[in-house]
Amino acid sequence: MSKMTYSKALALGMSEEMRRDRNVVFWGLDIAEYGGAFGASRGMVEEFGHDRVICMPIAEAGYTGLAVGAAAAGLRPIVELEFGDWVTIASDQLVNQAANMRYMFGGSLSVPMVLRLPCGAFGSAAAQHSHMFESWFAFIPGLRVLAPSTPAEAKGMMKAAIRDNNPVVFLEHRLCYQMKGDVPEDMEFIIPIGSADIKRTGRDITIVTYSYMVHMALEAAEKLAGEGIEVEIVDVRSIKPWDEEMVLASVKKTSKALVISETYKEFGASGEFAATIAEKAFDYLDAPVKRLGCMQAPIPCNPDLEKYILPSVDKIVKAVKDMCKR
Amino acid sequence: MDSDLRIKMYRNMLKIRLFEEKVKELDMQAKLPGFFHLYVGEEAIAVGACNAIHPDDYITSTHRGHGHLLAKGADVKKAMAELFSRETGYCHGKGGSMHIAVPEIGMLGANGIVGAGIPIATGAAFSCKYRKDGKIAVCFFGDGACSQGTFHEAVNIATAFALPVVYVCENNLYGVGTRQGDVRKIENIADRAPAYSMEGVIVDGNDPEAVFGVVQKAAEKARSGGGPTLVECKTYRHYSHFTGEPDNYRDPKEVAAWKEKDPVRTYPARLISEGVIDEAGIKRIQKEIEEEIAEAVTYAENSPKPRLESALEDVYAI
Repeated sequence: MSKMTYSKALALGMSEEMRRDRNVVFWGLDIAEYGGAFGASRGMVEEFGHDRVICMPIAEAGYTGLAVGAAAAGLRPIVELEFGDWVTIASDQLVNQAANMRYMFGGSLSVPMVLRLPCGAFGSAAAQHSHMFESWFAFIPGLRVLAPSTPAEAKGMMKAAIRDNNPVVFLEHRLCYQMKGDVPEDMEFIIPIGSADIKRTGRDITIVTYSYMVHMALEAAEKLAGEGIEVEIVDVRSIKPWDEEMVLASVKKTSKALVISETYKEFGASGEFAATIAEKAFDYLDAPVKRLGCMQAPIPCNPDLEKYILPSVDKIVKAVKDMCKR
Repeated sequence: MDSDLRIKMYRNMLKIRLFEEKVKELDMQAKLPGFFHLYVGEEAIAVGACNAIHPDDYITSTHRGHGHLLAKGADVKKAMAELFSRETGYCHGKGGSMHIAVPEIGMLGANGIVGAGIPIATGAAFSCKYRKDGKIAVCFFGDGACSQGTFHEAVNIATAFALPVVYVCENNLYGVGTRQGDVRKIENIADRAPAYSMEGVIVDGNDPEAVFGVVQKAAEKARSGGGPTLVECKTYRHYSHFTGEPDNYRDPKEVAAWKEKDPVRTYPARLISEGVIDEAGIKRIQKEIEEEIAEAVTYAENSPKPRLESALEDVYAI
């Protein structure tokens, strides 16, 4: 075990896979000597050289499409979209090309690529730089969508993503990059895609969440414990496919479910988890399944306005207490 | 040019022509699901280009992709079966006309999104350079695609990194019903190439040997590390954008003038006049190709439809 930041864990996961498999290549904006906008590629160009760690021009559709073609031709590209918000520019290559190709072509090829998206609100970055698109891409058959919350998971899930033979959208919350945690040094430490993790056990209510919200939920859980409410937190960490079994087992135990996302609850991924719980754990529920998410507005720049619409520890505490009153 | 190669190129062009005419006929009889963008009139480009490169080089294609598919060496039976949406088709009925790929011959797919194949071919070219395997990628696209952002982004990346790709623009003057000259200032797409520090070459898209020569030169340049070339083929589609669309937006005189240059008619005439083959030889080839196409239709019609459950297969790779 080594203590390191989430961004260092990502660099380690990518580097281990690049040492292991020469087909893995990596490109994006500013990822070479600059080390990436969030430091997630620091040290990599020094080890692997400019043939494998490549700075691209500002052309999201172009270099994402390049990854699709390189993957179709047998390489395993990792693409860092410096700000995941810009995936909108690359969407055709991800949705109409990468996600569709294996299926349309009747299984004759695959598109093993990892698209890394730094995402999430991180303090007055405003509407165009605060997005998290897990719902958009989980919606598309053919894509995998991952959202690790800790450094260990960043490494283990990055390795799994690179070894997976499908296009993987890898969501790295911008507020997670500098978080420190224990990371196994084992080269074969891989977290299977589709596996969730219980971040806190409890008997009174299940919180289903992912990414940065896991940390907010943990903070809220400490406060709630002080008032005698024991929260169980299931970090799905893999949005698609997701660990339905673990989530349902938890809800069957606690009889209450609150699904939390940083992003909008309306038309969002949290609805998928909530609807499945309501459908498959109906007989175990003592209360309707609830969701907590960002309020319906683009993310504002003013820090007070931003805090007002985003989920917060206090909002989580209140939501849990409201549900546990029944 | 070697006589065998010249005859082979005629054969290839005729195969595409008769395949496309058969598709049109079958579509009119409502025997095929979906709709088709026929390559009739443009055969000399796919054939000239694909014969000028190695069998294991990559290509990407467009929505008007049957020509590239057959020219690259695809099996006519499996191609026809895919258009009939049968299990035996290249994509087991999942892809259809605009989404056929045959990776084992380097064919990385037709594409229903204009311009989308350009970064994909460029990425395949990256893989060739990275692996140092001596292969290249040839990217087919239309003049309409040259307005799409992906064209500019991909070409910029390809020239910046000297990627081994040949960009073949099939300038047939129209994008669906819009005369493309009305929506861009320049007349020759090749004139854009110097803006990317790339060589642009204009070639008669009705002359398979001229296309062959230009693409071969560009391919060898790419292969030896010289980077990409933009080859603009002047051409024309004899039919409208897709099967069944009325061709009421083009001047009939313009259509007639281009049909005069039909390579599937002019090339065998040239071969005969140069003593490469005689009339009987041409007729023999025509008969063989007609039979081949007829066999492909029979094969497709007698092929099983895909199992319903296959609709859920190959969404993900294991």
